[in-house]
Amino acid sequence: MKCRKCGEPAVLELRRHNAAFCAPDFLEFFRNQVREAIRKHRMFTRDETVLVAVSGGKDSLALWDVLIDDGYRTTGLYLDLGIFEYSVESKAKCEKFAAARGVPLTVSAVRDEVGAPVPVIKDVTRRPPCSGCGLSKRYLMNKVALEQGMLVVATGHNLDDEAATLFGSVMHWRTDALPRQSPALASTHPKLVRRVKPLYRLSERETAAFAFLRKIDYIVEECPFAKGATSITHKEILSRMEDASPGAKHNFLFGFLDRARPAFERAEAVVLNECARCGQVTTGTICAFCKLADQVKRRVVS
Amino acid sequence: MKVILRNPRREVDVAGNRRVKEILRELDIIPETVLVICGDDLVTADQVVREGDTIELRPVMSGGGASS
Repeated sequence: MKCRKCGEPAVLELRRHNAAFCAPDFLEFFRNQVREAIRKHRMFTRDETVLVAVSGGKDSLALWDVLIDDGYRTTGLYLDLGIFEYSVESKAKCEKFAAARGVPLTVSAVRDEVGAPVPVIKDVTRRPPCSGCGLSKRYLMNKVALEQGMLVVATGHNLDDEAATLFGSVMHWRTDALPRQSPALASTHPKLVRRVKPLYRLSERETAAFAFLRKIDYIVEECPFAKGATSITHKEILSRMEDASPGAKHNFLFGFLDRARPAFERAEAVVLNECARCGQVTTGTICAFCKLADQVKRRVVS
Repeated sequence: MKVILRNPRREVDVAGNRRVKEILRELDIIPETVLVICGDDLVTADQVVREGDTIELRPVMSGGGASS
């Protein structure tokens, strides 16, 4: 198999693009996809500092690597979920990455903010662990960005993540979730920062290949709580469809973004308030994060 | 050849010189879900892996509440 650009031996075949690339040309292809995402959705400018949410996994560290190399001003944010050895190892990967590149890394622990780590939250709420974890992550990303005066948070969500989320929303016809699915969510309140996903044009396999070729030391092991997660099941289904019909995931997501998403946007804007407890944005009186923290405190104290 | 699999980490032996796509088919692994690594290199589905080689099939799928 030969590289589409230079004719040298290829290291990666991208069936959905009907192409294969050598290592240098694949790295450039990857960076160009990120640049196109940033440009098309006006995600951020070079005058801004971007808070990059990093987990120690391939996607977020690959994203941070591209942004640093392209000259963006960045700060990493690692959220310590307190998930046993997995969190210890993933935090170490982020610290090593930041130290090697001389970029700042902020660490925020869920235990300090909620009152307990994710494994305890899971037991207290009796909901899937990814539920309390995702809620805590979204809340803390916004909180840390506001505290540090940053207007934008970038996450490592890739094409597979986005396609799987869309698949889940469509399977349950969560029409309220569909307009929120976007590579770039604008700030709609002074206390809500912009959220962007510069890797949404790249598949999970492409981000893994980029991380490998860039010799990024990322955590390969899965989160112990991800086993059996619905999002994994949806990804497996979509990967089988992709195998049978290359480009299926891309067409599903991009078709939605280009043609279907506008149909689900609401005419009237959602009213946002400030949480009576913490001051962060909520649609109610007390935000979901404060309710979660209350629930944890009650159970942990009793 | 020795084939290293992850999550959980384990090893399987596959006999003879084989193309990568044949190995994946035999192990019932969807090519889209793994990187195929031989030493410090990525290898494509049409490449032949020799009897004495070791390859790693590294999963690329992550999931849960938020991205990795």
